[in-house]
Amino acid sequence: MTNRLADIWVYLAATPLLFLALTLLVYQLAYSVYRRAGFHPLLNPVAVAVATLVALLKFSGTSYESYFEGAQFVHFLLGPATVALAVPLYAQFDKLKSALLPIGGALLAGATTALVSAVVIAWALGAGEVTLLSIAPKSATTPIAMGIVERLGGLPSLTAVMVVGTGIIGAIGAKYVLDLLRVTDQAVRGIAIGTAAHGIGTARAFQESEEAGAFSGLAMGLNGLLTAVLFPLALWLARQVL
Amino acid sequence: MLAAITALLLFQLAGEAIAIGFGLPVPGPVIGMALLFAALVLRRSAPAPLRDTAQALVGHLSLLFVPAGVGVMVHLSRLADEWLPIVVSLIGSTLLTIAVTAIVMRALLARAQRRSPR
Repeated sequence: MTNRLADIWVYLAATPLLFLALTLLVYQLAYSVYRRAGFHPLLNPVAVAVATLVALLKFSGTSYESYFEGAQFVHFLLGPATVALAVPLYAQFDKLKSALLPIGGALLAGATTALVSAVVIAWALGAGEVTLLSIAPKSATTPIAMGIVERLGGLPSLTAVMVVGTGIIGAIGAKYVLDLLRVTDQAVRGIAIGTAAHGIGTARAFQESEEAGAFSGLAMGLNGLLTAVLFPLALWLARQVL
Repeated sequence: MLAAITALLLFQLAGEAIAIGFGLPVPGPVIGMALLFAALVLRRSAPAPLRDTAQALVGHLSLLFVPAGVGVMVHLSRLADEWLPIVVSLIGSTLLTIAVTAIVMRALLARAQRRSPR
């Protein structure tokens, strides 16, 4: 019987189906826990799902490569989902037009802060060069950050982890930081969350309000653009000085 | 819905083609998002099927980051060696970025409102 089960496991683990289904199942369980807890930020579904999946894969001795064979279908949807962010953004077109300059200024300040503070803090505490390169674009969304880091000699897969970690931290912490600063304008909350914490933050912002979500999606896209330009430039400058 | 998915993929494809064609450092999907936004502005409305499909995708945006996040298992030894700088940098920089962005935008909005009182 155990042999038979092992055979079934070996067969299923070799097809993309198992890990695709597992990813969806674990995420939905994590999400239902999150919903039942009244969307408490500390129960962030990405954090819970990632921790559960890593535990399951380690326990069953599965490599990340064989997991990704199945999970890549979910990963692929990041592209079309990024494009789709244009739709909620368009719904806020009038508000966007009226606040073009404040949004531009806030994004420039936020993108620079994200890049510089991440590198300076990690460097001051003794992180190595590969880690520094991989942590710098952490506030940009995954495909952007991975693309830049690959070109500049960091580790794209490590960057993906930093990006997801940043998103989780931002999704958890944004409410507390913004409430502490008494920020009530939904557009300001959205721009701040999306600049710092990309798509995971944006998912969280949509739970605050449709408006915060749309502006967060905008900030995510624009910060991606800014990071793609600022990071190579900052790296070049840093190498001239040091 | 099929038409909406096709449209999203075509905009992404156009974005990828532009990124590669012009050697831009910006990823294709972001350019695709800008193109779709421009198209909606020109069209002056978003078709209902596109709104529904976008809502479905964006509504589960955080699910899409899970496969990349699980990649943490490949880097556990590096994270064990450098956990302090990494953890402090991620938390400190992310929360600082949220605060700076919000403060700057609020100040600029207040200034704009003072200049053109409605």
